[in-house]
Amino acid sequence: MLPLIQREVVDRKGWIDEEEFLNMIALAQAAPGLIAVNSAIFIGWRVGGWRGVCGAVLGAVLPSFLIILAIAMVFQDWKEIPAVEAAFKGIRPAVVALIAAPLVKLAKSAKISWVTALIPIAAALLIWLGHVNPVWVILATIVVTLVAVKLLKR
Amino acid sequence: MVYLALFISFFKIGLFGFGGGLAILSLIQMEVESHGWMTPQEFVDIVAVSQVTPGPIGINCATYVGYTVGGLWGSILSTFAIVLPSLIIMLSICKAYFWFTKRFKGNPYFEQTLRMLRFTVIGLIASAALMLIKPTTFIDPTSWIIFAAVCLFTILPQVYKNKVTEVLSHPILLILLAGLAGLIVYLP
Repeated sequence: MLPLIQREVVDRKGWIDEEEFLNMIALAQAAPGLIAVNSAIFIGWRVGGWRGVCGAVLGAVLPSFLIILAIAMVFQDWKEIPAVEAAFKGIRPAVVALIAAPLVKLAKSAKISWVTALIPIAAALLIWLGHVNPVWVILATIVVTLVAVKLLKR
Repeated sequence: MVYLALFISFFKIGLFGFGGGLAILSLIQMEVESHGWMTPQEFVDIVAVSQVTPGPIGINCATYVGYTVGGLWGSILSTFAIVLPSLIIMLSICKAYFWFTKRFKGNPYFEQTLRMLRFTVIGLIASAALMLIKPTTFIDPTSWIIFAAVCLFTILPQVYKNKVTEVLSHPILLILLAGLAGLIVYLP
């Protein structure tokens, strides 16, 4: 999605320049929440203050909202159709694969080592087998890192 | 009160959803399962729909879950709730942009936390996949064949990059092919 945003706001409209765009990506990814929405808020604020934010956020959210709303309204009935049901039986394992397969690339780009691999493994096991809410895992990561940096600084 | 529960759940997802679409899935899944709003099977279906429609997966899930649980108002409320933390945090960052970039760029606390969160996020995504491997989603050996094939086609361009492997790794195409396989295998 980011190349699409770049073409529109940097190349076509010239709302922000290249360097600011890179700063924006860094911030939108560092902040919690959806990256597309975070980017929209940043650009909206830069271009038109509060009104810009309202416009940009609505623009980022509304198409998905309307498409999914339309699908949600009919999906319960469609699922009864044997052909749809058969197709979804094939699709479900594919979706799980589409979630799992990017892990290889993510692990590579995070430059994971045998030691740091323990973090995702522990996180996955805690959530999957321990039924720990991911929120606690995220909070624990933040707190432990802050304490560790503080201790190492001394 | 279902509206309040929807609001709190999706606000939480927006507030702790670090690392983009796939990482948010485990948060959403935990919320919808603990409230009994969706079965794992229904959740996979909505993720499938999200993969083939445009737009952020978080918005799609919020809208869909909101609608099935609380109708039109539920969908509006959930979508608003997942965006609200972003609004609060990103606007604070924008308002203090220069202060923020000066203070946080190169700050070891900030940089290390982001680095560690990247590792945690990989675990979150793995847990999302693991939690979805259930008897209702993986019904027989064919399911595992489809799973292995989609994994292979997705990873292949990283090992052997050319036009064909590139095209075959497209998620929409893979979902359509899996649907076709489902039709052939399971349609009575």
